[in-house]
Amino acid sequence: MHVVIIGNGIAGVTAALALRKRRRDWKITLVSGESDAFFSRTALMYVYMGHMRLQDTLPYEPWFWQERRLDRVRGWVVHVDTAAHRLTFDDGRTLAWDKLIVATGSTPNRFGWPGEDLPGVQGLYSLQDLEALERHSVGASRAAVVGGGLIGVELAEMLHSRGMHVTLLARESAYWNNALPTAEAEMVGGVIRAAGIDLRLSTELGAIEAGDHGRAAAVRTGAGERLPAQIVGLTAGVRPSLGAVAGAGLDAGRGLRVNAQLRTSHPDVYACGDCAEIVDDPERPGRVEQLWYTGRMQGEVCGANVAGEAQTYVRGVWFNSAKFFDLEWHTYGQVRAAASTRPPGERTHLWQDAARRRLLRVDTVDGAVVGMNALGLRQRQDVWTRWITEGRSMADILPRLGEANFDPEFSGKALGQAAGALREVQA
Amino acid sequence: MNRNLTLLGLVLLLVGLGTFVASLFGHALVGGWGGLALTWLPFTAGGLILAVAPYAGTTPGIKNDGIWRGTFSGRGVGAWLLGLVLTGFYCLVYWWPEHLEGAIRALDPLAQALAGGPASQWFLYGYLYTLAVTIMGARMAMRYRHNRYQLVRTASVVFFQLAFGFLVPQLLRAFQQPEFYFTYFWPLKKEYLFPNDLQGLASSGGFGVFMAFWGVAVALVATPVLTWYFGKRWYCSWVCGCGGLAETAGDPFRQLSDKSLSAWKFERWSIHLTLVAVTVVTALVFGNWALGGAWLGEASGKATHWYGFLVGSVLSGVVGVGFYPILGTRVWCRYFCPQAAILGLIQRFYSRFRITTNGGQCISCGNCSTYCEMGIDVRAYAQRGQNIVRASCVGCGVCAAVCPRGVLKLENGPVKTR
Ligand SMILES: Cc1cc2nc3c(=O)[nH]c(=O)nc-3n(C[C@H](O)[C@H](O)[C@H](O)COP(=O)(O)OP(=O)(O)OC[C@H]3O[C@@H](n4cnc5c(N)ncnc54)[C@H](O)[C@@H]3O)c2cc1C
Ligand code: SF4
Repeated sequence: MHVVIIGNGIAGVTAALALRKRRRDWKITLVSGESDAFFSRTALMYVYMGHMRLQDTLPYEPWFWQERRLDRVRGWVVHVDTAAHRLTFDDGRTLAWDKLIVATGSTPNRFGWPGEDLPGVQGLYSLQDLEALERHSVGASRAAVVGGGLIGVELAEMLHSRGMHVTLLARESAYWNNALPTAEAEMVGGVIRAAGIDLRLSTELGAIEAGDHGRAAAVRTGAGERLPAQIVGLTAGVRPSLGAVAGAGLDAGRGLRVNAQLRTSHPDVYACGDCAEIVDDPERPGRVEQLWYTGRMQGEVCGANVAGEAQTYVRGVWFNSAKFFDLEWHTYGQVRAAASTRPPGERTHLWQDAARRRLLRVDTVDGAVVGMNALGLRQRQDVWTRWITEGRSMADILPRLGEANFDPEFSGKALGQAAGALREVQA
Repeated sequence: MNRNLTLLGLVLLLVGLGTFVASLFGHALVGGWGGLALTWLPFTAGGLILAVAPYAGTTPGIKNDGIWRGTFSGRGVGAWLLGLVLTGFYCLVYWWPEHLEGAIRALDPLAQALAGGPASQWFLYGYLYTLAVTIMGARMAMRYRHNRYQLVRTASVVFFQLAFGFLVPQLLRAFQQPEFYFTYFWPLKKEYLFPNDLQGLASSGGFGVFMAFWGVAVALVATPVLTWYFGKRWYCSWVCGCGGLAETAGDPFRQLSDKSLSAWKFERWSIHLTLVAVTVVTALVFGNWALGGAWLGEASGKATHWYGFLVGSVLSGVVGVGFYPILGTRVWCRYFCPQAAILGLIQRFYSRFRITTNGGQCISCGNCSTYCEMGIDVRAYAQRGQNIVRASCVGCGVCAAVCPRGVLKLENGPVKTR
């Protein structure tokens, strides 16, 4: 049995490991056009900023792949023939498979902006993007980043670390407020500005203008303002990367459609990670999850199912984390971003310290805790997951908030203050 | 503003260094306190400014930008030159102190004031060591000012070096007491369990008896108890002078440690072999003492001598510190220190200490492993959601500090929940 996995990111690699654990004698091949070795995409920013070398982002040493007998093939897949069980690379090589796992990740969104193909304009997703960014950075003094999400703020921080003047354009009226409630969004926006980034909210990209050498020289906002920029970062989200399976006859929507066992419309083809769209989730049909940990969890389930088990992918209580310059964010469960859409019975409770460095928010539905946001406070996942699963009340969790503390020792009394001062608020 | 400040720091440091080098060659401009002040005031002030200025005006938080591109911190030309200077200095201190005579004499006023006698190469060494720990301790505190664990811990190592690593031994000398370091124990200070040394201490009077008792009691009783309760960190990153230097002066080099599996394999052999060696040496000394020197003749003396040369001088000094800019800060602590070996065995098998992993939050970025000075592949555990229980972990807490996703926390708790 030969299982071929397109994509050696977290989803593909986790699937390979889960499969190897169950099937010692199957041949497993990991295919990628991007890199020979599995690296941590989430660490790209730290390589650019000089915190780490590229080799420090590799989660496994070379012996690991040999020991697990995971073959690796470098190349871009351009066609998958599901009838013949064969795939074709861009250089004409072919590879036969018995079962196929598609774990091709994402690709940055483009919206047909004028000038988006100019040299100096780029997204930040792949190793090749990182290399391009290094090239573009030579001699650049001003940069514009378009898109107010998590990667936008990372790219802004990266460019800023090289001494560039960075303008960050976001359509929203407060930073990432389609995911963050106003208080959080304002705190994050404050941090971005305090770091020296020129944050422009409620601002759309109009066009990218070329300079004398045909390279990007400025962006023009929707309102017509011209902002000089030799580097233009486009970080307006990502979408599933489906180039490899285009024309393969597999059912695809936003992503490659899979059932809860992560199997596609073809019985021998599975998909996991960023590129998969989970269709038969009763709560949220057509769900695409573009996170590191969901890639890992999907890979685990996918590998098991390819090995012949019948595991169902259950994500569990939602969580996520990020870091906005120096400000860390932890979230567990569901927190409503837009106060205007809050149904009756749902309440939100907020605490912020005077210096606006820390924040804790807890949402309840009919008195039961359903989600929380923490900024500048590290919070323990297992404790909040338990509280949310058990639907604890505020009165119940407030006295034991300390149990959820995950800040370093001696970190002081922030959480105690929060417990005493969490108040119900409107937004 | 920062640029002017840096320039001022650089000028002051160079004045200090210049007069220091001049004094090495016997060209002190002025003698006595004046000469001392002329070298060490600008050196200290310049060092402090250079250590702290880069962080002035920055927001509190992790500041690792450009570390791997730095000539000193990224194994560039500067690192190799610095390594040469450091190894060279250690060789002079251990084997050719006569070349340091000028600098040693320049410290005489201070030695007189503290210890009531002239300075020696060891006084110079202790003085520079303590200065490095203090100046770079200020840097460490500035870098991690957002992290209370790092502040408390840094204050602790600086205090123990300044007080018990430097001042107290000098004061003991002033009061005609035997030389004694209250923060070193067998097997790091192997003599502190040697029968002749214990007898020597005890025969020097009441305080000597206390010192002899202290050395034995901490080595045999306090060490296992404290390590059970707090892990190895109570010593290695809070008290120990070697650890103190690594945690302060060594901070710019912590990322250079080798994270490979082969390095871990080497470490497990080398560190336990040193422990065996020091145990054998101690046993020989005891045997010889019990039999009144009749047993094995010269063997115990020879063994002690060679152990002192190889382990005490070459591995802990020349390689251990001299190679900071090339191999990272904890080469001695990780591969050779017999004290670390004992504490590590206790920590690995019977301690309440662990680094807890926060569920599934790890994004496998690798910051934790990169900045682990002991070369532990922290990420390998964190990405599987496993707690980290490793013999070599000194509990410096930097992995937890640099983790951008709040995944790691140093904790003490019931042994069975590790
Ligand atoms: C800068 C950045 C920061 C991020 N930070 C975070 C974070 O902090 N937390 C978080 O949860 N998530 C983060 N993410 C998202 C996270 O990295 C992704 O969700 C995750 O990497 C997806 O993993 P995957 O295995 O599905 O796909 P990928 O990692 O994209 O791997 C897919 C691989 O398949 C290859 N491939 C695609 N098509 C082909 C083809 N036709 N032929 C051959 N090979 C092909 C790709 O080149 C790629 O190597 C970040 C993403 C970026 C870009
Ligand atoms: S630094 Fe944190 S997120 Fe990164 S690998 Fe280590 S534990 Fe995981």
